[in-house]
Amino acid sequence: MSPAPRTRLATVLAPLLLVGLLIGAWQIASDTGALASLLGLEPFFVPSPAEIATSLWEDRSILAENAWVTLREVLAGFSVALVLGVVLAAILHLSPVLRRAVYPLVVASQTIPIIVVAPIFVIWFGFGIGPKIAIIALICFFPIVVNTLDGLAQAPADSSRLMRSLGAGRLRTFTTLEAPTALPYLFSGAKIAVAVAVIGAVFGEWAGASSGLGYLMLLDAPQVGQVPRLFASVFVLSAMAIALFAALALAERRLVWWGSER
Amino acid sequence: MQGISLEAAPSAESAAPSEAMEASSIAVSASSVGHSFGRLETLRDVSIEAARGETVAIVGPSGCGKSTLLELIAGLAQPTAGEIAVAGVTAAGERLDRCAWMPQRDGLLPWRRAVDNAALGLRLSGIGRREARERASVLLRRLGLGEFESSYPRELSGGMRQRVAFARTLLAGRGVLLLDEPFAAVDAITRADLQVWLRQTLREEGRTTLLVTHDVEEALYLGDRVLVLSPRPGQVVWDATAPPPRPAEDRAAEVNSPQFVELRRRALERLAEAMRT
Repeated sequence: MSPAPRTRLATVLAPLLLVGLLIGAWQIASDTGALASLLGLEPFFVPSPAEIATSLWEDRSILAENAWVTLREVLAGFSVALVLGVVLAAILHLSPVLRRAVYPLVVASQTIPIIVVAPIFVIWFGFGIGPKIAIIALICFFPIVVNTLDGLAQAPADSSRLMRSLGAGRLRTFTTLEAPTALPYLFSGAKIAVAVAVIGAVFGEWAGASSGLGYLMLLDAPQVGQVPRLFASVFVLSAMAIALFAALALAERRLVWWGSER
Repeated sequence: MQGISLEAAPSAESAAPSEAMEASSIAVSASSVGHSFGRLETLRDVSIEAARGETVAIVGPSGCGKSTLLELIAGLAQPTAGEIAVAGVTAAGERLDRCAWMPQRDGLLPWRRAVDNAALGLRLSGIGRREARERASVLLRRLGLGEFESSYPRELSGGMRQRVAFARTLLAGRGVLLLDEPFAAVDAITRADLQVWLRQTLREEGRTTLLVTHDVEEALYLGDRVLVLSPRPGQVVWDATAPPPRPAEDRAAEVNSPQFVELRRRALERLAEAMRT
Protein backbone atom coordinates (compact mmCIF):
# COMPACT_ATOMS: atom_id res chain seq x y z
CA MET A 1 0.00 0.00 0.00
CA SER A 2 1.08 3.54 -0.62
CA PRO A 3 1.79 5.77 2.33
CA ALA A 4 -0.79 8.24 1.01
CA PRO A 5 -3.52 7.94 3.70
CA ARG A 6 -1.02 8.30 6.49
CA THR A 7 0.56 11.34 4.86
CA ARG A 8 -2.84 12.90 4.33
CA LEU A 9 -3.75 12.32 7.96
CA ALA A 10 -0.50 13.93 9.00
CA THR A 11 -1.07 16.99 6.84
CA VAL A 12 -4.43 17.51 8.53
CA LEU A 13 -3.37 16.59 12.03
CA ALA A 14 -0.12 18.52 12.21
CA PRO A 15 -1.62 22.01 11.81
CA LEU A 16 -4.60 21.10 14.02
CA LEU A 17 -2.26 19.97 16.73
CA LEU A 18 -0.24 23.15 16.51
CA VAL A 19 -3.34 25.35 16.60
CA GLY A 20 -4.63 23.37 19.58
CA LEU A 21 -1.38 23.86 21.42
CA LEU A 22 -1.32 27.58 20.73
CA ILE A 23 -4.92 28.01 21.88
CA GLY A 24 -4.19 26.00 25.00
CA ALA A 25 -1.17 28.15 25.78
CA TRP A 26 -3.19 31.30 25.15
CA GLN A 27 -5.94 30.07 27.49
CA ILE A 28 -3.50 29.34 30.27
CA ALA A 29 -1.72 32.66 29.75
CA SER A 30 -5.04 34.53 29.96
CA ASP A 31 -6.32 32.60 32.98
CA THR A 32 -3.19 33.31 34.99
CA GLY A 33 -3.16 36.94 33.84
CA ALA A 34 0.31 36.39 32.40
CA LEU A 35 -0.64 37.53 28.92
CA ALA A 36 -2.23 40.80 30.07
CA SER A 37 0.69 41.70 32.32
CA LEU A 38 3.12 40.79 29.56
CA LEU A 39 1.32 43.21 27.24
CA GLY A 40 0.92 45.73 30.05
CA LEU A 41 -2.86 45.75 29.65
CA GLU A 42 -5.91 45.41 31.82
CA PRO A 43 -7.10 41.78 31.73
CA PHE A 44 -10.46 42.69 30.11
CA PHE A 45 -8.62 43.90 27.00
CA VAL A 46 -7.18 40.43 26.50
CA PRO A 47 -9.95 37.88 26.15
CA SER A 48 -9.21 34.22 26.55
CA PRO A 49 -10.11 31.68 23.86
CA ALA A 50 -12.96 30.50 26.08
CA GLU A 51 -14.40 34.01 26.27
CA ILE A 52 -14.14 34.39 22.49
CA ALA A 53 -15.82 31.02 22.04
CA THR A 54 -18.60 32.11 24.36
CA SER A 55 -19.07 35.29 22.33
CA LEU A 56 -19.10 33.25 19.12
CA TRP A 57 -21.97 31.24 20.53
CA GLU A 58 -23.93 33.96 22.33
CA ASP A 59 -23.58 36.58 19.59
CA ARG A 60 -24.02 34.03 16.81
CA SER A 61 -27.02 35.70 15.25
CA ILE A 62 -25.50 39.18 15.04
CA LEU A 63 -22.17 37.70 13.88
CA ALA A 64 -23.88 35.56 11.24
CA GLU A 65 -26.00 38.46 10.04
CA ASN A 66 -22.98 40.70 9.54
CA ALA A 67 -20.81 37.88 8.21
CA TRP A 68 -23.46 37.23 5.57
CA VAL A 69 -23.28 40.88 4.48
CA THR A 70 -19.48 40.73 4.23
CA LEU A 71 -19.55 37.37 2.46
CA ARG A 72 -21.91 38.74 -0.18
CA GLU A 73 -19.62 41.71 -0.75
CA VAL A 74 -16.60 39.42 -1.04
CA LEU A 75 -18.30 37.03 -3.43
CA ALA A 76 -19.62 39.84 -5.61
CA GLY A 77 -16.31 41.74 -5.69
CA PHE A 78 -14.29 38.60 -6.31
CA SER A 79 -16.61 37.49 -9.12
CA VAL A 80 -16.39 40.87 -10.81
CA ALA A 81 -12.58 40.76 -10.58
CA LEU A 82 -12.49 37.17 -11.82
CA VAL A 83 -14.52 37.90 -14.94
CA LEU A 84 -12.86 41.21 -15.75
CA GLY A 85 -9.40 39.90 -14.86
CA VAL A 86 -9.61 36.80 -17.02
CA VAL A 87 -11.08 38.70 -19.95
CA LEU A 88 -8.43 41.42 -19.69
CA ALA A 89 -5.64 38.83 -19.39
CA ALA A 90 -6.91 37.10 -22.54
CA ILE A 91 -7.08 40.36 -24.46
CA LEU A 92 -3.63 41.48 -23.33
CA HIS A 93 -2.20 38.07 -24.19
CA LEU A 94 -3.65 38.12 -27.69
CA SER A 95 -2.57 41.70 -28.39
CA PRO A 96 1.06 42.48 -27.52
CA VAL A 97 0.49 46.12 -28.44
CA LEU A 98 -2.36 46.48 -25.96
CA ARG A 99 -0.35 44.57 -23.44
CA ARG A 100 2.51 47.03 -23.61
CA ALA A 101 0.06 49.91 -23.31
CA VAL A 102 -2.21 48.59 -20.57
CA TYR A 103 0.00 46.46 -18.36
CA PRO A 104 1.73 49.39 -16.64
CA LEU A 105 -1.70 50.75 -15.76
CA VAL A 106 -2.67 47.42 -14.23
CA VAL A 107 0.46 47.54 -12.10
CA ALA A 108 -0.15 51.20 -11.24
CA SER A 109 -3.65 50.34 -10.04
CA GLN A 110 -2.02 48.23 -7.34
CA THR A 111 0.24 50.95 -6.05
CA ILE A 112 -2.66 53.06 -4.82
CA PRO A 113 -3.21 52.10 -1.18
CA ILE A 114 -6.65 50.57 -0.85
CA ILE A 115 -7.18 52.31 2.47
CA VAL A 116 -6.97 55.64 0.63
CA VAL A 117 -9.24 54.52 -2.19
CA ALA A 118 -11.94 53.23 0.11
CA PRO A 119 -13.26 56.61 1.38
CA ILE A 120 -13.13 58.02 -2.15
CA PHE A 121 -15.27 55.17 -3.43
CA VAL A 122 -17.71 55.72 -0.56
CA ILE A 123 -17.98 59.40 -1.48
CA TRP A 124 -18.54 58.47 -5.12
CA PHE A 125 -20.79 55.45 -4.80
CA GLY A 126 -22.51 55.97 -1.44
CA PHE A 127 -22.88 53.71 1.58
CA GLY A 128 -24.39 50.71 -0.17
CA ILE A 129 -22.74 47.52 -1.38
CA GLY A 130 -21.42 49.27 -4.53
CA PRO A 131 -18.20 50.80 -3.16
CA LYS A 132 -17.36 47.58 -1.26
CA ILE A 133 -17.64 45.54 -4.43
CA ALA A 134 -15.48 48.08 -6.25
CA ILE A 135 -12.78 48.00 -3.56
CA ILE A 136 -12.72 44.22 -3.34
CA ALA A 137 -12.66 43.92 -7.12
CA LEU A 138 -9.77 46.37 -7.28
CA ILE A 139 -7.76 44.29 -4.79
CA CYS A 140 -8.61 40.94 -6.40
CA PHE A 141 -8.12 42.08 -9.95
CA PHE A 142 -4.34 42.34 -9.84
CA PRO A 143 -3.28 38.82 -8.77
CA ILE A 144 -5.82 37.33 -11.17
CA VAL A 145 -4.64 39.32 -14.20
CA VAL A 146 -0.94 38.87 -13.50
CA ASN A 147 -1.13 35.14 -12.84
CA THR A 148 -3.46 34.40 -15.74
CA LEU A 149 -1.28 36.40 -18.08
CA ASP A 150 1.78 34.48 -16.90
CA GLY A 151 -0.07 31.22 -17.34
CA LEU A 152 -1.12 32.03 -20.88
CA ALA A 153 2.54 32.44 -21.80
CA GLN A 154 3.54 29.09 -20.28
CA ALA A 155 2.72 26.86 -23.24
CA PRO A 156 6.05 25.53 -24.56
CA ALA A 157 7.21 27.14 -27.81
CA ASP A 158 7.29 23.69 -29.39
CA SER A 159 3.64 23.16 -28.60
CA SER A 160 2.64 26.52 -30.08
CA ARG A 161 4.54 25.72 -33.27
CA LEU A 162 2.95 22.30 -33.32
CA MET A 163 -0.49 23.92 -33.19
CA ARG A 164 0.51 26.16 -36.04
CA SER A 165 1.82 23.26 -38.08
CA LEU A 166 -1.45 21.44 -37.52
CA GLY A 167 -3.33 24.35 -39.03
CA ALA A 168 -4.53 26.10 -35.88
CA GLY A 169 -4.98 29.87 -36.06
CA ARG A 170 -4.24 32.26 -33.22
CA LEU A 171 -7.63 31.82 -31.61
CA ARG A 172 -7.69 28.02 -31.86
CA THR A 173 -4.21 27.88 -30.35
CA PHE A 174 -5.54 30.03 -27.54
CA THR A 175 -8.55 27.88 -26.77
CA THR A 176 -6.96 24.48 -27.43
CA LEU A 177 -3.53 24.97 -25.91
CA GLU A 178 -2.95 28.21 -24.03
CA ALA A 179 -6.17 28.54 -22.03
CA PRO A 180 -5.98 25.06 -20.46
CA THR A 181 -2.29 25.60 -19.77
CA ALA A 182 -3.12 28.84 -17.96
CA LEU A 183 -5.83 27.30 -15.78
CA PRO A 184 -3.62 26.32 -12.82
CA TYR A 185 -2.07 29.78 -12.89
CA LEU A 186 -5.50 31.38 -12.92
CA PHE A 187 -6.33 29.37 -9.81
CA SER A 188 -3.14 30.53 -8.07
CA GLY A 189 -4.16 34.11 -8.74
CA ALA A 190 -7.73 33.49 -7.63
CA LYS A 191 -6.59 31.90 -4.36
CA ILE A 192 -4.41 34.88 -3.53
CA ALA A 193 -7.25 37.19 -4.52
CA VAL A 194 -9.85 35.56 -2.33
CA ALA A 195 -7.54 35.66 0.66
CA VAL A 196 -7.06 39.42 0.35
CA ALA A 197 -10.68 40.05 -0.63
CA VAL A 198 -11.84 40.00 2.99
CA ILE A 199 -9.30 42.71 3.81
CA GLY A 200 -10.82 44.83 1.06
CA ALA A 201 -14.28 44.19 2.48
CA VAL A 202 -13.25 45.38 5.93
CA PHE A 203 -11.59 48.53 4.57
CA GLY A 204 -14.70 49.21 2.53
CA GLU A 205 -16.91 48.84 5.56
CA TRP A 206 -14.64 50.98 7.71
CA ALA A 207 -14.94 53.77 5.18
CA GLY A 208 -18.70 53.80 5.60
CA ALA A 209 -21.23 51.06 6.17
CA SER A 210 -24.22 50.14 8.28
CA SER A 211 -23.59 46.41 8.42
CA GLY A 212 -20.92 43.77 7.88
CA LEU A 213 -18.15 42.34 10.05
CA GLY A 214 -15.95 45.40 9.52
CA TYR A 215 -18.79 47.62 10.63
CA LEU A 216 -19.36 45.43 13.69
CA MET A 217 -15.68 45.75 14.60
CA LEU A 218 -15.85 49.53 14.44
CA LEU A 219 -18.94 49.39 16.60
CA ASP A 220 -17.30 47.13 19.19
CA ALA A 221 -13.84 48.58 19.27
CA PRO A 222 -14.53 51.50 21.65
CA GLN A 223 -16.63 49.37 23.98
CA VAL A 224 -14.72 47.66 26.72
CA GLY A 225 -17.38 45.02 27.21
CA GLN A 226 -17.30 43.93 23.60
CA VAL A 227 -13.64 42.95 23.28
CA PRO A 228 -14.46 39.22 23.07
CA ARG A 229 -16.94 39.94 20.26
CA LEU A 230 -14.33 42.00 18.45
CA PHE A 231 -12.06 38.98 18.51
CA ALA A 232 -14.95 36.77 17.50
CA SER A 233 -15.50 38.96 14.41
CA VAL A 234 -11.86 38.60 13.49
CA PHE A 235 -12.17 34.85 13.91
CA VAL A 236 -15.23 34.65 11.68
CA LEU A 237 -13.58 36.85 9.06
CA SER A 238 -10.48 34.72 8.85
CA ALA A 239 -12.53 31.51 8.89
CA MET A 240 -14.42 32.93 5.93
CA ALA A 241 -11.22 33.60 4.00
CA ILE A 242 -9.89 30.13 4.76
CA ALA A 243 -13.15 28.50 3.67
CA LEU A 244 -13.18 30.44 0.40
CA PHE A 245 -9.55 29.53 -0.22
CA ALA A 246 -10.30 25.87 0.45
CA ALA A 247 -13.30 25.97 -1.88
CA LEU A 248 -11.09 27.29 -4.67
CA ALA A 249 -8.41 24.69 -3.96
CA LEU A 250 -11.10 22.03 -4.25
CA ALA A 251 -12.42 23.48 -7.48
CA GLU A 252 -8.86 23.56 -8.81
CA ARG A 253 -8.35 19.90 -8.09
CA ARG A 254 -11.58 19.19 -9.90
CA LEU A 255 -10.90 21.35 -12.95
CA VAL A 256 -7.15 20.88 -13.32
CA TRP A 257 -7.43 17.15 -12.77
CA TRP A 258 -4.52 16.39 -15.10
CA GLY A 259 -2.15 18.15 -12.70
CA SER A 260 -0.01 21.04 -13.75
CA GLU A 261 3.47 20.66 -15.26
CA ARG A 262 5.34 17.57 -14.23
CA MET B 1 31.22 20.17 -48.82
CA GLN B 2 31.89 16.61 -49.76
CA GLY B 3 29.57 14.18 -51.40
CA ILE B 4 30.42 10.57 -50.99
CA SER B 5 28.05 8.10 -52.44
CA LEU B 6 28.22 4.45 -51.70
CA GLU B 7 25.57 3.53 -54.16
CA ALA B 8 24.93 5.48 -57.27
CA ALA B 9 23.38 8.24 -55.23
CA PRO B 10 23.82 11.75 -56.57
CA SER B 11 26.47 13.54 -54.61
CA ALA B 12 25.52 16.70 -52.82
CA GLU B 13 27.33 19.08 -55.12
CA SER B 14 25.99 17.64 -58.34
CA ALA B 15 23.50 19.52 -60.50
CA ALA B 16 21.70 22.75 -59.79
CA PRO B 17 18.58 22.15 -57.69
CA SER B 18 15.18 23.61 -58.52
CA GLU B 19 15.56 23.73 -62.30
CA ALA B 20 16.93 20.30 -62.80
CA MET B 21 14.58 18.52 -60.46
CA GLU B 22 11.55 16.77 -61.75
CA ALA B 23 8.65 18.07 -59.74
CA SER B 24 7.07 14.66 -59.72
CA SER B 25 9.87 12.68 -58.16
CA ILE B 26 11.40 15.24 -55.78
CA ALA B 27 9.22 15.86 -52.72
CA VAL B 28 11.55 18.13 -50.79
CA SER B 29 14.40 20.23 -51.98
CA ALA B 30 16.48 22.74 -50.09
CA SER B 31 19.12 24.60 -52.01
CA SER B 32 21.95 26.53 -50.42
CA VAL B 33 19.90 27.18 -47.31
CA GLY B 34 21.43 29.35 -44.64
CA HIS B 35 19.98 30.48 -41.34
CA SER B 36 21.05 32.68 -38.43
CA PHE B 37 19.58 33.66 -35.12
CA GLY B 38 20.75 37.23 -34.95
CA ARG B 39 24.53 36.97 -35.20
CA LEU B 40 24.58 33.28 -34.52
CA GLU B 41 24.87 31.35 -37.75
CA THR B 42 23.07 28.03 -37.40
CA LEU B 43 23.11 26.64 -40.95
CA ARG B 44 25.38 27.36 -43.92
CA ASP B 45 24.80 26.44 -47.53
CA VAL B 46 22.79 23.31 -46.87
CA SER B 47 21.37 21.57 -49.92
CA ILE B 48 19.28 18.46 -49.62
CA GLU B 49 16.78 16.62 -51.71
CA ALA B 50 14.34 13.92 -50.81
CA ALA B 51 12.63 11.85 -53.47
CA ARG B 52 9.00 10.91 -53.15
CA GLY B 53 8.58 8.10 -50.67
CA GLU B 54 12.17 8.30 -49.52
CA THR B 55 13.32 8.47 -45.91
CA VAL B 56 16.23 10.82 -45.44
CA ALA B 57 17.93 10.74 -42.05
CA ILE B 58 19.87 13.81 -41.01
CA VAL B 59 22.41 13.19 -38.31
CA GLY B 60 24.60 15.67 -36.54
CA PRO B 61 25.91 16.74 -33.15
CA SER B 62 23.71 18.66 -30.72
CA GLY B 63 23.27 22.25 -31.71
CA CYS B 64 24.23 21.79 -35.34
CA GLY B 65 20.97 23.31 -36.50
CA LYS B 66 19.33 20.10 -37.65
CA SER B 67 16.12 20.82 -35.78
CA THR B 68 16.14 24.29 -37.26
CA LEU B 69 16.52 22.75 -40.70
CA LEU B 70 13.30 20.79 -40.19
CA GLU B 71 11.48 23.87 -38.97
CA LEU B 72 12.67 25.78 -42.01
CA ILE B 73 11.43 23.06 -44.31
CA ALA B 74 8.12 22.94 -42.45
CA GLY B 75 7.68 26.66 -43.04
CA LEU B 76 7.71 27.40 -39.30
CA ALA B 77 10.73 29.65 -39.71
CA GLN B 78 12.31 31.58 -42.55
CA PRO B 79 15.76 30.78 -43.95
CA THR B 80 18.09 33.77 -44.23
CA ALA B 81 19.47 32.40 -47.48
CA GLY B 82 18.56 29.88 -50.13
CA GLU B 83 15.30 28.37 -51.23
CA ILE B 84 13.15 25.53 -49.98
CA ALA B 85 10.48 23.73 -51.94
CA VAL B 86 8.06 21.12 -50.70
CA ALA B 87 6.10 19.40 -53.44
CA GLY B 88 7.14 22.21 -55.73
CA VAL B 89 5.80 24.92 -53.42
CA THR B 90 8.16 27.51 -51.97
CA ALA B 91 6.03 29.95 -49.91
CA ALA B 92 6.39 29.26 -46.19
CA GLY B 93 2.66 29.32 -45.48
CA GLU B 94 1.99 26.81 -48.23
CA ARG B 95 4.85 24.57 -47.15
CA LEU B 96 3.20 24.47 -43.75
CA ASP B 97 0.16 22.86 -45.37
CA ARG B 98 2.29 20.20 -47.00
CA CYS B 99 4.35 19.09 -44.03
CA ALA B 100 3.51 17.12 -40.91
CA TRP B 101 5.98 18.11 -38.23
CA MET B 102 6.68 16.11 -35.11
CA PRO B 103 8.55 18.14 -32.49
CA GLN B 104 11.19 16.66 -30.24
CA ARG B 105 8.92 16.82 -27.21
CA ASP B 106 5.79 14.81 -27.84
CA GLY B 107 3.62 17.88 -27.32
CA LEU B 108 0.66 15.79 -26.20
CA LEU B 109 -2.01 17.78 -24.42
CA PRO B 110 -2.27 16.29 -20.91
CA TRP B 111 -6.00 16.98 -20.72
CA ARG B 112 -6.82 14.98 -23.83
CA ARG B 113 -7.09 11.24 -24.19
CA ALA B 114 -4.67 9.46 -26.53
CA VAL B 115 -7.33 9.21 -29.22
CA ASP B 116 -8.13 12.92 -29.00
CA ASN B 117 -4.46 13.84 -29.04
CA ALA B 118 -3.98 11.75 -32.16
CA ALA B 119 -7.04 13.37 -33.72
CA LEU B 120 -5.89 16.91 -32.92
CA GLY B 121 -4.85 17.76 -36.47
CA LEU B 122 -8.09 16.39 -37.89
CA ARG B 123 -10.15 18.43 -35.44
CA LEU B 124 -8.16 21.55 -36.22
CA SER B 125 -8.79 21.11 -39.90
CA GLY B 126 -12.50 21.15 -39.24
CA ILE B 127 -13.40 17.47 -39.19
CA GLY B 128 -16.18 16.55 -36.77
CA ARG B 129 -15.37 14.98 -33.44
CA ARG B 130 -16.90 11.61 -34.17
CA GLU B 131 -15.21 11.10 -37.52
CA ALA B 132 -11.88 12.39 -36.22
CA ARG B 133 -12.03 10.01 -33.27
CA GLU B 134 -12.94 7.10 -35.46
CA ARG B 135 -10.03 7.65 -37.79
CA ALA B 136 -7.62 8.20 -34.90
CA SER B 137 -8.89 5.10 -33.21
CA VAL B 138 -8.33 2.98 -36.32
CA LEU B 139 -4.77 4.25 -36.63
CA LEU B 140 -3.97 3.78 -32.94
CA ARG B 141 -5.11 0.18 -33.19
CA ARG B 142 -2.88 -0.28 -36.18
CA LEU B 143 0.04 1.23 -34.27
CA GLY B 144 -0.54 -1.20 -31.43
CA LEU B 145 -2.15 1.27 -29.05
CA GLY B 146 -5.74 0.04 -29.30
CA GLU B 147 -6.05 -0.63 -25.59
CA PHE B 148 -4.74 2.77 -24.67
CA GLU B 149 -6.83 5.05 -26.81
CA SER B 150 -8.81 6.25 -23.80
CA SER B 151 -5.74 6.79 -21.64
CA TYR B 152 -4.38 10.18 -20.79
CA PRO B 153 -0.75 10.97 -21.66
CA ARG B 154 0.44 10.70 -18.04
CA GLU B 155 -0.83 7.12 -18.00
CA LEU B 156 1.34 6.17 -20.97
CA SER B 157 4.99 5.20 -21.10
CA GLY B 158 7.46 7.38 -22.97
CA GLY B 159 7.45 5.03 -25.94
CA MET B 160 3.66 5.00 -26.13
CA ARG B 161 3.54 8.77 -25.96
CA GLN B 162 5.91 8.97 -28.91
CA ARG B 163 3.70 6.63 -30.86
CA VAL B 164 0.61 8.70 -30.08
CA ALA B 165 2.52 11.79 -31.20
CA PHE B 166 3.50 9.94 -34.35
CA ALA B 167 -0.14 8.99 -34.96
CA ARG B 168 -1.06 12.67 -34.62
CA THR B 169 1.64 13.48 -37.18
CA LEU B 170 0.43 10.86 -39.64
CA LEU B 171 -3.18 11.96 -39.26
CA ALA B 172 -2.33 15.58 -39.92
CA GLY B 173 -2.77 14.41 -43.48
CA ARG B 174 -0.02 16.62 -44.81
CA GLY B 175 2.39 15.16 -47.34
CA VAL B 176 5.92 15.13 -45.99
CA LEU B 177 6.74 13.78 -42.53
CA LEU B 178 9.29 15.81 -40.60
CA LEU B 179 10.38 13.96 -37.49
CA ASP B 180 12.62 15.79 -35.03
CA GLU B 181 14.52 13.32 -32.84
CA PRO B 182 11.43 11.21 -32.41
CA PHE B 183 13.04 8.85 -29.90
CA ALA B 184 15.44 11.14 -28.07
CA ALA B 185 13.43 10.96 -24.87
CA VAL B 186 13.05 7.20 -24.48
CA ASP B 187 15.36 4.55 -23.01
CA ALA B 188 17.69 2.50 -25.19
CA ILE B 189 15.64 -0.70 -25.33
CA THR B 190 12.39 1.08 -26.09
CA ARG B 191 14.30 3.10 -28.61
CA ALA B 192 15.45 0.02 -30.52
CA ASP B 193 11.90 -1.34 -30.51
CA LEU B 194 10.53 1.94 -31.73
CA GLN B 195 13.08 2.09 -34.55
CA VAL B 196 11.97 -1.31 -35.83
CA TRP B 197 8.37 -0.24 -35.48
CA LEU B 198 8.92 3.10 -37.21
CA ARG B 199 10.74 1.62 -40.18
CA GLN B 200 7.97 -0.89 -40.63
CA THR B 201 5.32 1.83 -40.39
CA LEU B 202 7.13 4.16 -42.75
CA ARG B 203 7.44 1.37 -45.27
CA GLU B 204 3.73 0.71 -45.08
CA GLU B 205 2.86 4.38 -45.31
CA GLY B 206 5.23 5.15 -48.17
CA ARG B 207 5.40 8.77 -47.08
CA THR B 208 8.37 11.00 -47.81
CA THR B 209 10.13 11.42 -44.49
CA LEU B 210 12.88 13.64 -43.17
CA LEU B 211 14.15 12.46 -39.85
CA VAL B 212 16.59 14.24 -37.60
CA THR B 213 18.67 12.44 -35.00
CA HIS B 214 21.99 12.68 -33.18
CA ASP B 215 22.39 8.92 -33.27
CA VAL B 216 24.38 7.63 -36.26
CA GLU B 217 23.09 4.10 -35.87
CA GLU B 218 19.50 5.28 -35.79
CA ALA B 219 20.07 7.35 -38.90
CA LEU B 220 21.63 4.45 -40.78
CA TYR B 221 18.97 2.04 -39.65
CA LEU B 222 15.99 4.23 -40.51
CA GLY B 223 17.19 6.26 -43.46
CA ASP B 224 17.23 5.28 -47.10
CA ARG B 225 19.79 8.02 -47.24
CA VAL B 226 21.85 9.59 -44.54
CA LEU B 227 23.19 13.12 -44.37
CA VAL B 228 25.79 14.11 -41.82
CA LEU B 229 25.81 17.71 -40.66
CA SER B 230 28.83 19.42 -39.16
CA PRO B 231 28.65 21.37 -35.90
CA ARG B 232 27.29 24.90 -36.06
CA PRO B 233 27.03 26.39 -38.57
CA GLY B 234 25.64 23.13 -39.90
CA GLN B 235 26.90 22.03 -43.30
CA VAL B 236 26.38 18.76 -45.11
CA VAL B 237 29.67 16.89 -44.81
CA TRP B 238 28.50 13.46 -45.90
CA ASP B 239 25.68 12.28 -48.11
CA ALA B 240 25.36 8.54 -48.30
CA THR B 241 22.87 5.99 -49.35
CA ALA B 242 22.30 3.53 -46.57
CA PRO B 243 22.34 -0.17 -47.37
CA PRO B 244 19.12 -0.94 -49.21
CA PRO B 245 19.05 -4.70 -48.71
CA ARG B 246 17.20 -4.94 -45.45
CA PRO B 247 15.87 -8.43 -45.19
CA ALA B 248 16.17 -8.87 -41.49
CA GLU B 249 13.37 -7.97 -39.18
CA ASP B 250 16.12 -8.73 -36.71
CA ARG B 251 17.52 -5.35 -35.90
CA ALA B 252 20.53 -6.64 -34.03
CA ALA B 253 21.63 -8.81 -36.96
CA GLU B 254 21.33 -5.95 -39.38
CA VAL B 255 23.06 -3.40 -37.20
CA ASN B 256 25.95 -5.82 -36.69
CA SER B 257 26.32 -6.78 -40.34
CA PRO B 258 29.73 -5.93 -41.81
CA GLN B 259 28.20 -3.52 -44.29
CA PHE B 260 26.36 -1.63 -41.60
CA VAL B 261 29.34 -1.52 -39.29
CA GLU B 262 31.50 -0.17 -42.10
CA LEU B 263 28.96 2.53 -42.89
CA ARG B 264 28.70 3.50 -39.27
CA ARG B 265 32.48 3.68 -39.01
CA ARG B 266 32.69 6.00 -41.99
CA ALA B 267 29.85 8.19 -40.78
CA LEU B 268 31.42 8.56 -37.36
CA GLU B 269 34.74 9.31 -39.00
CA ARG B 270 33.15 12.10 -41.01
CA LEU B 271 31.47 13.44 -37.94
CA ALA B 272 34.68 13.40 -35.93
CA GLU B 273 36.51 15.10 -38.78
CA ALA B 274 33.89 17.82 -38.94
CA MET B 275 34.02 18.33 -35.18
CA ARG B 276 37.79 18.82 -35.27
CA THR B 277 37.76 21.58 -37.85
